[in-house]
Amino acid sequence: MQGLTSDHIVPLRVYFLVAIALFVLLALTIAVAHIDLGPFNIAAALAIAVIKMVLVVLFFMHVKYSSKLVALFAAGGVFWLAILFMFTLSDFLTR
Amino acid sequence: MSDSQAVVPTSSHDDIRSPALLHHFATEEQQRDASSLGMWIFLGTEVMFFGGLFCAYLIYRGMYFGDFAAASTSINALLGGINTAVLICSSLTVVLAIWAAQTARRGMLLLMLVLTMIFGLAFLGIKAKEYKDKFEEHHVPGATFSFEHEQIPSHPGEYANPRHAEIFFALYFIMTGLHALHMIVGLGIFIWLFWMAWKGRFTPGYHTPLEVGGLYWHFVDIIWIFLFPLLYLIHVHT
Repeated sequence: MQGLTSDHIVPLRVYFLVAIALFVLLALTIAVAHIDLGPFNIAAALAIAVIKMVLVVLFFMHVKYSSKLVALFAAGGVFWLAILFMFTLSDFLTR
Repeated sequence: MSDSQAVVPTSSHDDIRSPALLHHFATEEQQRDASSLGMWIFLGTEVMFFGGLFCAYLIYRGMYFGDFAAASTSINALLGGINTAVLICSSLTVVLAIWAAQTARRGMLLLMLVLTMIFGLAFLGIKAKEYKDKFEEHHVPGATFSFEHEQIPSHPGEYANPRHAEIFFALYFIMTGLHALHMIVGLGIFIWLFWMAWKGRFTPGYHTPLEVGGLYWHFVDIIWIFLFPLLYLIHVHT
C-alpha cells in the first residue's frame, strides 16, 4: 500500500543536481544585485528566492514524492502568509 | 466474532511487526504520515512566526528605502553569501543522510550527520563574526547606536536618517537572531539524531526522525534564502 509520504528512494543524482542549481541561483542573486534594475531589483531577488524555495521544498523536503495532502499542507503555509501580506499591504499601500 | 466488528487493518498480519511501529498505528506508512503531516503543520506556524517579521520589514523598507539601502551597505555581504553556500551544503548533507539510512549505509549516515552539524556550527561562527563587527561599529540599536553622516547610495549629498537606519538594524538583529536561534535548536535535534543513529535505531524501514528533523533543517535554510537578498543585497549596485 502506498502511504501519503512515499518512502521513495530519490537517486543521488537528483540531490546533487538540485544542490548545483541552488549554487547557480545564489550566484545569480548576487550578480543581479550588482545591476541597477530600479524597482525590479527586489522583484528579481524575490523571484530567485522563490525558485530556490520551490527546489528545496520539492526535492529536499520530498514534497514531489509525497501525496497531494502533504503538498496541500505545504501550500497552506504560503496561503496564510499571502493573507497576512495582502491585508497588511492593502492598508499601507492605500494610505 | 460477528461481521459488524470493526475491521482491523491487517497489512502486517503475516510478518513480524516492526519494533518501531507504535501500537496505536495500524501500519508503518500511517505512522510516518502522521509524523510528516504534524511536522508540516508546525512548519506552517513557523511560516507565520517569521512572516510577521518579513511583513514588518516590507512596510519599513517601503517607507525608508534610502535609509535601509545605506544601512544594508554596512553589512558584510561576502560573509552573508558564504553563509548561504554553507547552508546549501548542510541541506545537501541532510538529504544524503536520509539516503544513507534508506540504503542501510551506517558509516555514511553518521558522517553526513556530523558534516551537517559542522556546517551548522560554521554558519553560527560566521554569524558571530558579523555580530562582533556590528557591535564594534555601534550599529546595534540602543543607547550607543550611531549611524551619522552615512551616504544614501545613488543619492550624492544625501545622508541616511539614523533613526530610520536603526529600524533596519533592529529588524536585521531580530530576524537573523531568530534564525540563528533556530539553527541552535536544529543543532540540538541533530545531536539527538546522531545519538539515535549511533545506537543503530535507523533502518531502511524506519527513519522518520531523520525525515522530520530534515524538514525542520530545510525550513530554516529556506528562511535564510529570503533573508540573504533582503538584508544583505538591498543596494550593492553603485
